[in-house]
Amino acid sequence: MPQIVLREALKRGLEEALDNDPRVFMMGEDIGEYGGAYAVTDGFLKKFGPERIKDTPISEQAFIGAGIGAAAAGLRPIVELMSMSFALVAFDQIVNMAANLRYMSGGQISIPMVIRAPTGAGVQLGATHSQSFETWLAEVPGMKVVCPSNPYDALGLMRSAIKDDNPVLVAEPALLYGAKGEVPDEYYEIEIGKADVTRTGTDITLISYGYGMRPVNEAADTLAGRGLSVEVIDLRSLSPIDMDAVIASVKKTNRVVVVDTARRRGGIMAEVTADLQQRASEWLDGPIMRVGSVDVPWPYNRGLEREVLTDAADVLAAVAEGYGL
Amino acid sequence: MASSTKSSSTTSRETAKSPKNGKNSAADLDKSGIGAETDYLDLFRQMYLIRQFEIACGENYSKGSIRGFLHLYIGQEATGVGAISTLREDDYIVSHYRDHGHALARGLDINRSMAELFGRSTGTSKGKGGSMHLFDVAKRFMGGHAIVAGQLPLAAGLALAQQYNKTDDLTICFFGDGSTNQGVYHETLNLAAVWKLPILFFLENNMYGMGSSIERVRAGGIDFYPGMATYGIPAAEVDGMDVLAVKETTELAVARIRNGEGPQFIEAKTFRFVGHSLADGQKYRGQEEVKEWEERDPIITFPTKLIAMGLATSDQIAEIKAGVDLAVENSVKFAEESPDPDLSEIHTDVLA
Ligand SMILES: Cc1ncc(C[n+]2csc(CCOP(=O)(O)OP(=O)(O)O)c2C)c(N)n1
Ligand SMILES: [Mg+2]
Repeated sequence: MPQIVLREALKRGLEEALDNDPRVFMMGEDIGEYGGAYAVTDGFLKKFGPERIKDTPISEQAFIGAGIGAAAAGLRPIVELMSMSFALVAFDQIVNMAANLRYMSGGQISIPMVIRAPTGAGVQLGATHSQSFETWLAEVPGMKVVCPSNPYDALGLMRSAIKDDNPVLVAEPALLYGAKGEVPDEYYEIEIGKADVTRTGTDITLISYGYGMRPVNEAADTLAGRGLSVEVIDLRSLSPIDMDAVIASVKKTNRVVVVDTARRRGGIMAEVTADLQQRASEWLDGPIMRVGSVDVPWPYNRGLEREVLTDAADVLAAVAEGYGL
Repeated sequence: MASSTKSSSTTSRETAKSPKNGKNSAADLDKSGIGAETDYLDLFRQMYLIRQFEIACGENYSKGSIRGFLHLYIGQEATGVGAISTLREDDYIVSHYRDHGHALARGLDINRSMAELFGRSTGTSKGKGGSMHLFDVAKRFMGGHAIVAGQLPLAAGLALAQQYNKTDDLTICFFGDGSTNQGVYHETLNLAAVWKLPILFFLENNMYGMGSSIERVRAGGIDFYPGMATYGIPAAEVDGMDVLAVKETTELAVARIRNGEGPQFIEAKTFRFVGHSLADGQKYRGQEEVKEWEERDPIITFPTKLIAMGLATSDQIAEIKAGVDLAVENSVKFAEESPDPDLSEIHTDVLA
């Protein structure tokens, strides 16, 4: 199977949609002439023209809001935020408008819009540029949130997100744009809300998504080297969450560690933990271990940032603490 | 209002042609040591310091010693230096992520500033903030803010405190052309005007917000100052490549603010000679445009003018350059030799 990087996978999904559906268009800061802050839309302006590849002013609230309006009128906008941290200035539009409109209108309006944003820490951008607000937006009913960890999922999820008739946030782990993986030429989609058991095992379940799959896979390798049979789940979708897959796995392994590279407190893994406690506690041989990045603003210094960011050692420490393995 | 102050910018342009007249009455309001006489050589020293500092930053970014996003002030030195030279010690300065120039013009320690960019414990924020988040509260330098336009209401709040405390101090807030497209920019202008806050809105119009030229993202052309009439905020335009013009225009606005006349707005037309950040390949603009602006490089034109006017000798200029070069070199050494913050620093400074 051909190997491509995650950026290329996203690009392919976007390009296909632009090729096939005239209702699809894109908006965002410097996505056109500049080619996109992370080069995902490089070359699009030339191919699709300024009517469909719209460079916007630095007005996130206005262009996300305009995307919502265009979607309400039947178009299928794909809107790029230059960073997940900038979602904050558009939160009102995303939450109060995009997510609430359908319900408030008694189902008369739907908002088939995709919001894409690079997310996560790890490249020393400091407190204001390293945050992962997909975990906040995953709490909001009326919209969906996905976060791929590899090129295959990135393309499959992007296709589904664009076809979805609801607002979908695609959180793109900034550290993974250059990550390589196999992507077939044949068409496929990945259903939003379906987790992926990426490794099967019987001793312990490790659960994460997005960039968190890196430390989890690394930890799984280490544990496997010690003779343990590790099951690994990539949630892929933070809203809805595939709790059935999570619970099925825990029933088998009786041990679980949930892992996030976003801040630990209040994140999506708190939700997974609470549901597990309620629905599977009798199957567990120990505490549900929750790993996340340290609950402080993101520091700039490299050593501090690395220490704050969840890594494989943190996952292994939780496995040892919770289960003595 | 805009039209009446437009003439002040014309004056400052004329003045700039004969720097001796650059000494003006507003200067005697200054208690920060600049004095009644314009210290031309110090203005040059500051601009040259910023230029060399930024060049060193670029080099150390390429080496990997400085990381994250790095936005250089190269080309814009005359604006920050001219504007900040008019302020007093108690005035607040608020900047955005392109903040090194404002910080150095304010007199932040060059070693500690460089160390911050290196992420070292000796840095102004102990290595926690980085290039986009420089702070030195003792110098009333209130950051370094990396969310576009996020610094404007903060500046209004600082000015509110100055007004509340019945001082005649003021706050200067720097921002870029691109930031004017944020809603909070308009909200802050209106709020400041309604409350007559002692704030100087200082727009550094460098013609681009990242890869977007103003014409592509703003209805109404490249001039922002005329629009200030909407808010009832007096506004002036000034040549941001001319440090003396900037200084004089700012002095006038500062005098008005101290006189209780409320917010003022200055738009300096300037240019960054380099990319938006070190990650920018500048595909969106031609090099001819850059070259044209470079011909007005204040680091070259200002000393040339001073020498021609008999206000400086080439020996004096050379001496200043040598001193600055050494200081910048030493700042890099200082940063390199400084330790990283201790890991325990992760948990400090989160709450008061
Ligand atoms: C809310 C928000 N949106 C987008 C960005 C990304 N960004 C950083 S600087 C910048 C351009 C700003 O241009 P301008 O205000 O003209 O300032 P300049 O960089 O030219 O000094 C952009 C889009 C951001 N930091 N914050
Ligand atoms: Mg600009």
